[in-house]
Amino acid sequence: MSIDRALDGVGRALDDRFRGARGVRVLLRKVFPDHWTFLLGEIALYSFIILLLTGTFLTLFFQPSMTDVVYHGSYTQLDGVRMSEAYASTLNISFDVRGGLLMRQIHHWAADLFVAAILAHMLRIFFTGAYRKPRETNWLIGIVLFTLAFTEGLFGYSLPDDLLSGTGLRILEGVLLSVPVVGTYLTFFLFGGPFPGNDIIPRLYIIHVLLIPGLMLALITAHLFLMVHQKHTQMPGKGRTNTNVVGAPMYPYFMAKTGAFFFFTFAALAIASTFVQINPIWLYGPYTPVGISAGSQPDFYMGFMEGSLRMWPNWTWDAWGHTVAWNAFLPAFLPLGIILTGLALWPFLEQWITGDKREHHVNDRPRNAPTRTAIGIAGVTAYGIFWAEGANDVIADHLDISLYLTTEIARYAIFIGPVVAYFVTKRICLGLQRKDLHLVEHGVETGIIRQLPTGEYIEETRPLNEEELAKLAIDAREQPAALPVGAGAVGEPDVPPPGLRGGLGKLRERLYKVVTESVPLDGHGNGYGGHGNGHGNGHGNGHHEPEPEHAVVPPGGPGETSPAATATAEGAPEADDGRGDGPGQS
Amino acid sequence: MSDPSAPDGTSGLPDEPAEAPAGPHRVIGTPPPAEARTMLGERAGDGAVGDGPLPVVRELPDEPPDPRHSKNAERLISVLFILSALASVGFIAAYVGLEVGPIDAVLRSNLALGLSMSVAFLALAVGATIWVRHVMPPVELTEERHPLASTPEERAAFKETFTEGAEASQFVQRPMLRRTLIAATVPLAVAPIVLLRDMGPLPGTYLRHTVWRKGLRLVTYGANTPISPAEFSSAGGMITVIPEGYEDDANALAAATAIIIKFQPGVLQSPTVMDWTVDGIVCYSKICTHVGCPVALYEQTTHKILCPCHQSTFDAPRGATVLFGPAPRPLPQLPITTDADGYLVAMSDFKEPVGPSFFERG
Repeated sequence: MSIDRALDGVGRALDDRFRGARGVRVLLRKVFPDHWTFLLGEIALYSFIILLLTGTFLTLFFQPSMTDVVYHGSYTQLDGVRMSEAYASTLNISFDVRGGLLMRQIHHWAADLFVAAILAHMLRIFFTGAYRKPRETNWLIGIVLFTLAFTEGLFGYSLPDDLLSGTGLRILEGVLLSVPVVGTYLTFFLFGGPFPGNDIIPRLYIIHVLLIPGLMLALITAHLFLMVHQKHTQMPGKGRTNTNVVGAPMYPYFMAKTGAFFFFTFAALAIASTFVQINPIWLYGPYTPVGISAGSQPDFYMGFMEGSLRMWPNWTWDAWGHTVAWNAFLPAFLPLGIILTGLALWPFLEQWITGDKREHHVNDRPRNAPTRTAIGIAGVTAYGIFWAEGANDVIADHLDISLYLTTEIARYAIFIGPVVAYFVTKRICLGLQRKDLHLVEHGVETGIIRQLPTGEYIEETRPLNEEELAKLAIDAREQPAALPVGAGAVGEPDVPPPGLRGGLGKLRERLYKVVTESVPLDGHGNGYGGHGNGHGNGHGNGHHEPEPEHAVVPPGGPGETSPAATATAEGAPEADDGRGDGPGQS
Repeated sequence: MSDPSAPDGTSGLPDEPAEAPAGPHRVIGTPPPAEARTMLGERAGDGAVGDGPLPVVRELPDEPPDPRHSKNAERLISVLFILSALASVGFIAAYVGLEVGPIDAVLRSNLALGLSMSVAFLALAVGATIWVRHVMPPVELTEERHPLASTPEERAAFKETFTEGAEASQFVQRPMLRRTLIAATVPLAVAPIVLLRDMGPLPGTYLRHTVWRKGLRLVTYGANTPISPAEFSSAGGMITVIPEGYEDDANALAAATAIIIKFQPGVLQSPTVMDWTVDGIVCYSKICTHVGCPVALYEQTTHKILCPCHQSTFDAPRGATVLFGPAPRPLPQLPITTDADGYLVAMSDFKEPVGPSFFERG
């Protein structure tokens, strides 16, 4: 067979030199768990590769120079206009280089997709608790990558030196000037003197094509290495435990799938770049500090910052011969700082509050960590309000309301929105937990109605199968409560454990109660407390899998399941092992 | 592994189709089970929905793939791959055959190149996906995960090695070595920062001044023509003006760009400095005091100047005081008069720094 020959020949030659048989074999059998959200990080990775490929092409033609030239190229509408070489060469790429426009558009679309995929990937990691021990380091690397990504994007779209992006640089100058004490120096050093100068484009260029991509490449390598070394997390499912990884092997399955996915990503970007115009710099014209186009919007990932700048009050301090421009400094750095710092600290804060130092390899379902999910949604809400405010002129225009009203609304919403989002999300999570519990206790409604000899109508239910039960990950809710945080002392105020003494300890104890709040799951008969619809005390089998093939629903409807009926229907065996590990052979 | 659901009398239930519990465990196309077992766990760990040992390799569907089905899939995939190859050839043809330059030619080229490229990638992607899903036998492996922490013995050995090395270096025992090493590295780390000093000049008082000076003419931006107050027959819109002779000096324009607006008599009010106006014509800096965008929008009916970036709004007849938005200060007013030829000129530079706040502004 030809594989044999190839392995005997090339394989032997390679192995003679690198001793790879064992290690590479392990790698080939490496298991990749499957879940659609695991593709988000892959989209980010592939966008990055596409950015490197298309970006390299663009550097072959782009001139990062602010030298004035008079344009006489193919785009006749700008014939005879003075502009920088950077702008002229971008026009050249768009109109005189075959495939140049396509590559430019793919590069820009890929940049947007890259940041969007990073954001989505980060949210997935957060909401499923995949950042927990032992993956905190990878979480931090991810946050640095996110920061680098949008900085890279900002610098990249500034390079063509068109009117829109030049305005962005002007805003950057204003923001840098606002930095207390060193602001003017930072500005003069970055721009090589007063704005705009002649240095900023070549400087941004080298940062954009070498410095930041180099850092990102190194960090992405570390990110992937740690992912391989620590192995993938997995979503809850049948047979998936904290001590295994279940999925398809790298070779040939994951290789083929992920290769296909790379092509899908590239195809999607190519389709977008073929049919949807992006960043038509020839319409904006070359940059001049005198002009501006109305409705100037940055790329979406800077919209957050733009909104923050728009809604901030005009606070400044003038004292002792100095000016501190809180109106530009705070909106540029505070919300972003809070979000990035908060994201970076959260895993450690959560560990401190819960005292949970264990390794976690099975992800949480977001509903099973209601407080974390609620905090995350509150953060997403705040981000969203800043982001929407970044387009408030467009919103005001389309909704036909006052421009100032949109800003006033945003100024209140930024405080109220996250709080409302927190409580609503938490309620929804707890509600979903109750629904899960209901499924476990009463099974799935089949929609089949039967009439009993007594004339009573019942709806048949069927118990969850193992796969369905495992996916609910009901057990995950018990984990925090089982922790030795001194939780035992919560009910005994006499002697608090060391970790809970003093003001900080009290705070920790209170936070602990908030963070670990879940629908109770004691598994010993009382069902879920606080459910409050009249069957709180009858669950003979707790949250366990009801063995009967069908539970009984009285005519009143599925929501009014009578526990007595459940217990009597087919004589449910009271297999109570205290863990709810499912049916049968436990 | 048992099949727990097997719902008799409940057929047609919405079940999980793809992840349905396994039937017979046939291993096709994967390395022999014996080999697999050597590296994969034999049992499921605890804490799961345990119903006994899990097989090492789980094949998901009940039935092995139908050979006819995989033959069809093979044909379809081959068609897709050929399509991809044709699309790539088409891409090359479009590159060679289609010129660029005029905008419609560029659009044609972009469409041809983009479309062929999209088809080439998409066909490959779809083909590979069908290959995985319909030709390769579905398989699920369970790999054992071990605690990440090293064993106590390994840790002890590491500690020993590290300590040995530290002792050999005598880093701890010889404080003089240690301190002088630190003394050597700290200035070395500072040196590169010093190296950055020449990236730009020190700001000095640059930001306090613009190029406006006494007698310098205001010219309209674009046409570069001087402005005579007599040309304004009536009150009206906003005109962007720049200092004469600086039309191509971006650094000068970034600070000195201004706007003039003519008002009906009696509309201009304090705190506008009346002595700095000519015939109801007032001149303000065009650089927003927030972060420096040009304040380019003017609403004639309400006399509001609006910055398109962050919507700071200035009251034009009242000294451009701030009505709304993040700008902290009015737009500075440029003192203007007319020269001997009757054209608008500056009386001096702005009396305060223009543009965004900076720390030394005061």
